[in-house]
Amino acid sequence: MAKRLSIVDSERCVGCQSCMFACARRPGIGGLEGTAIWVKSAGGIRKGFTVVVCRACPDAPCAKVCPTDALMARDGGGVKLHPELCIACGNCVKTCPFGAIMWNEQINKPVVCVYCGYCASYCPLDVLALEEIDRPELNDAPKIIDGGQEHA
Amino acid sequence: MLKGDPISRVLYIDLAARTYSIQDRSDLFEAGIGGVGVGIRLLDEECPPGADPMGPENPIILTVGPLVGMFPLGSKTVAMFKSPHTGNLGESHAGGRSAVAIRMAGYGAIVIRKASVSPVYVVVEEDHVYFRDASALWGLGSAYTAGTIMRQNEQGSGTRTIMRIGRAGEQGVSYASVITETYRHFGRLGLGAVFGSKKLKGLVISGQRSLPVTDRKSYRALYDEIYKTATESPLMKKYHQLGTAVNVLPLNASGGLPTRNLQSGTFEGAEQISGERLAKDFLGRRVACAHCPVACVHLAAIRYPYPDDPYFFKTDMIGYDHEPIYACGSLLGGTDIPGLFSLLDEAEILGLDVMSMGVTLAWATEALQRGLITTQETDGLALEWGNYPVYVEAAKRIVSQPNDFYKAMAHGAEAAAKVYGGLDFALTFGGNEMPGYHTGPACHAGYLTGARHSHLDSAGYSLDQKAGKEGESLTAEKIANSLLEEEQWRQVLTSLVICLFARGIYTPEIAQKALACAGIEKTPEELKTLGADILHRKYAFKLREGFVPAELRIPSRIIETPSPSGKFDEELIRKTIEIYSSKV
Repeated sequence: MAKRLSIVDSERCVGCQSCMFACARRPGIGGLEGTAIWVKSAGGIRKGFTVVVCRACPDAPCAKVCPTDALMARDGGGVKLHPELCIACGNCVKTCPFGAIMWNEQINKPVVCVYCGYCASYCPLDVLALEEIDRPELNDAPKIIDGGQEHA
Repeated sequence: MLKGDPISRVLYIDLAARTYSIQDRSDLFEAGIGGVGVGIRLLDEECPPGADPMGPENPIILTVGPLVGMFPLGSKTVAMFKSPHTGNLGESHAGGRSAVAIRMAGYGAIVIRKASVSPVYVVVEEDHVYFRDASALWGLGSAYTAGTIMRQNEQGSGTRTIMRIGRAGEQGVSYASVITETYRHFGRLGLGAVFGSKKLKGLVISGQRSLPVTDRKSYRALYDEIYKTATESPLMKKYHQLGTAVNVLPLNASGGLPTRNLQSGTFEGAEQISGERLAKDFLGRRVACAHCPVACVHLAAIRYPYPDDPYFFKTDMIGYDHEPIYACGSLLGGTDIPGLFSLLDEAEILGLDVMSMGVTLAWATEALQRGLITTQETDGLALEWGNYPVYVEAAKRIVSQPNDFYKAMAHGAEAAAKVYGGLDFALTFGGNEMPGYHTGPACHAGYLTGARHSHLDSAGYSLDQKAGKEGESLTAEKIANSLLEEEQWRQVLTSLVICLFARGIYTPEIAQKALACAGIEKTPEELKTLGADILHRKYAFKLREGFVPAELRIPSRIIETPSPSGKFDEELIRKTIEIYSSKV
């Protein structure tokens, strides 16, 4: 079964950025470049934090707007990035309502979670967890009617 | 240093010309590593002898170190400047997002020169610097608002730092702070006033980059080792559970909690202001500095009713630590928590160093009680122990300075006592107001000899406490040597730059290994030599600027009020200062 990163409880987040540094450290380097997870204050640190990371949408809008199939829907939810196909149009970044697609300025390509769970193993407060995607089947989605034509 | 590591890049900002340049200063970073080691070298270069701390010639120097952005708890920025509070070495450290933001923007240091003709705030986005007009922000009632405006107008949410001053900095209060991310501060020695003198309302810094390492595998392994110690070992427990306020009860039980301007070392209300009590009844949230899994920042959620409407409340999140609790709690003799926290919040709104403010108010309260001043000086305020609504009003007047008395108060307890009397109970050391430990001779000797007159310089309290436990009677020789050794090693930690709470984690051996990951080869012995050299340089700056150790003022109150170590005499402290300053 496909896995995804789950935000178990962002109220427990203290904003330590250990997850961000972990993600960026995966290739064995320091700094924050290339992190696919981001912690932001929820309107100033007084209000706590929000964690932004790909939620592995079952019907990912970012993949739908990729003109080159660099971002492909993954079985079970979420996407996989094929950077060699990416032309850096930025559609995916604009489309994601969560802002969960980051950008690597150095290589000028998007950055998206690969659902490895490395970040979760560095969260000192169990805000994050890697979990198997076990979504209830969606109800029959309403069919889209376009000019009387029915699209499945 | 590794190729591609931006640590040796120094950003020079000229506020008068509104220009900037970036220079490679590998020379400085090879010699001093970072933080205070590079900061003191830059201060020597930038600050002319006899500089007016409030003049354009006083530089602001911000430095970080090679371990920032690489390892947990590499989370502090060192600020160096000439202090308008003491007229000598200004050095203040802050966490928040500041250090990681400066490192990720691609710098090891930022130097701010001269002064702007009109209010500005400066935005650093990696290699670009923008000067924003801040005339509309100048004079804002609350530093919170200034932070909110900059947050809304600038990019980089998540990793940026937003440093700003409040009205205190604008008005030249010599112990005005610079607030960073609301709950962390360059609190001590008046960096906020230096910002104000330059018409610099704020500094926003952001960036994102990678940092090279020598060996990927050993880097990750060492990271894991440090992270594990930081999160699992008992070394850090006290910081993330009750926080530093855990000190209140044991200090009080031993008789070392300065109370009512140190007329006593025990406070009958200690239980009510203890870390345990605050956690039980008020702890609302814990937050962390960037890249620190410890999360020692404790915020109390305090609900304040509005007097005019029974169904209207505001809930404030107010940070607390041992030092603010001491300076505005026991030292001001108060146990009313909403009142105490409203004073801490006022310091945040105005941008005042909460420690110097508390100590100065404590002096004024006693001076009023003793008849050295009257309510004519205090502008009608009947200062009394534990009366927080009156203290809040006094804090506002320290900033608005309606008369000569408050103008003096705006320069601290010693400045005010020089005019109105009561120097014996003006609790300042080298001109800086006292921290929250009255443990014995070593803590006071540490405040006096420490290069920044802070308990964090050499942790004399810990020496007192250890001696007390072992039933040892401390000699001047022993105190001086221990303080010196500790202060020298702390120069290394604050060059790397590591949070001093992690001093138990970053042993000389771990520091050596961590530096090796960043391509810096130093043995523990070399590091110790470097620490001694940095401290020597800081002292040389102090001596150049007129610091005379033999003339340090020792408030007699610290001798009169019994400490947990019993009575000690001035002679012991004098002797300690003499030995220390001959060796440093």
